[in-house]
Amino acid sequence: MERAQCLELIYPEIEDKLVVTIMGACAQELYDLGHKENFFYLQHAMGLASSIGLGLATHLPDEKIFVLDGDGSVLMNLGTLTTLARYRPKNLVHIIFDNGSLLSTGGFDSHTTSGITDLAAIARGAGIEHVVSVDGPMEFGEAFVEASEREDLSVIVAHVEAVGPDNYGMDFALPENAFRFKRCIAERRAASGS
Amino acid sequence: MTVSYDNSKAVFDGIRAAGIKSISALPETWLGLLLQRAEDDPDVELIQVAKEEEAIGVAAGAYFAGEPHVLLMQNHGFFGAMNGVISLAQLYSIPLCMLIAVRGHWGEPYPWHTRGGIVTEGLLRALNIPYEHARDPGEVGRQIAEAYTFSQSSLSPVALLLTRDLMEE
Repeated sequence: MERAQCLELIYPEIEDKLVVTIMGACAQELYDLGHKENFFYLQHAMGLASSIGLGLATHLPDEKIFVLDGDGSVLMNLGTLTTLARYRPKNLVHIIFDNGSLLSTGGFDSHTTSGITDLAAIARGAGIEHVVSVDGPMEFGEAFVEASEREDLSVIVAHVEAVGPDNYGMDFALPENAFRFKRCIAERRAASGS
Repeated sequence: MTVSYDNSKAVFDGIRAAGIKSISALPETWLGLLLQRAEDDPDVELIQVAKEEEAIGVAAGAYFAGEPHVLLMQNHGFFGAMNGVISLAQLYSIPLCMLIAVRGHWGEPYPWHTRGGIVTEGLLRALNIPYEHARDPGEVGRQIAEAYTFSQSSLSPVALLLTRDLMEE
């Protein structure tokens, strides 16, 4: 299973949701499916995508927040799983694409390579109740639908191949993404009266 | 020396008077009474993190959501949060209003705090983070409001340094 395939599968469901991605391949693959103003791509500061998700979810209870994370990023901020478990935002879906590789920074093996470290077990051990680990697109799709409908924190660890896009680039500067994402949220709040 | 009850209240009241109801923090001795107040205030959303760098992400999320937010941490925690400060907040022009307990300052009896205290201001200057010291309980409320205002207008991290004069008695 490839991450791009997973993203294509869920794109129709997340295109109108608040989405935070990690850097590199994951960000680019979502962008290539079609950028939306409600997408924020964290192109650096590895590990903090889920922390941004927690800040959003806490203050936007009427929104469903999707964080598209990776094994390398989560390994840099394992504490985030314990913070998520403690505050248990009911409107956050944390998807960790585990390719066992630091793909966007040279393709070196990460600690999850060959199943050495089990991120789903870590998430459960952190105290998160709804954690699934999936290997194929059907399983991923089912887990995604369940997580989307569940009114509780969900973590999906999706094992994917270590492949990414051939070309990288977005047509806006990084702060512009932040400004537009913030404005988009303000407009959604105004429209819904929340 | 003990942590000042009255001055912890002055800092908390300053945060609330600035219209801020969202706080991220990692507890430390000087911040203990302050965080207790935050926990006890039903109007305040307090998120305690496992490591300070997480709070930079939480603060960015709160900012995107349109919610005024302050971060409470020790200076050593700020060191651990530094890549988040640079590669999230500064890179994306996201404001941070950081209230930082400065350990290892004049009068510091504990050796383990000293090295961090000695380099704190140099690191803030190296990162172009504007900072001011809070020493007087009568002034700290105004300083918090001004720090928050400046973070928002400059779209930058700013730091208000909570000193021994203010936090101990």
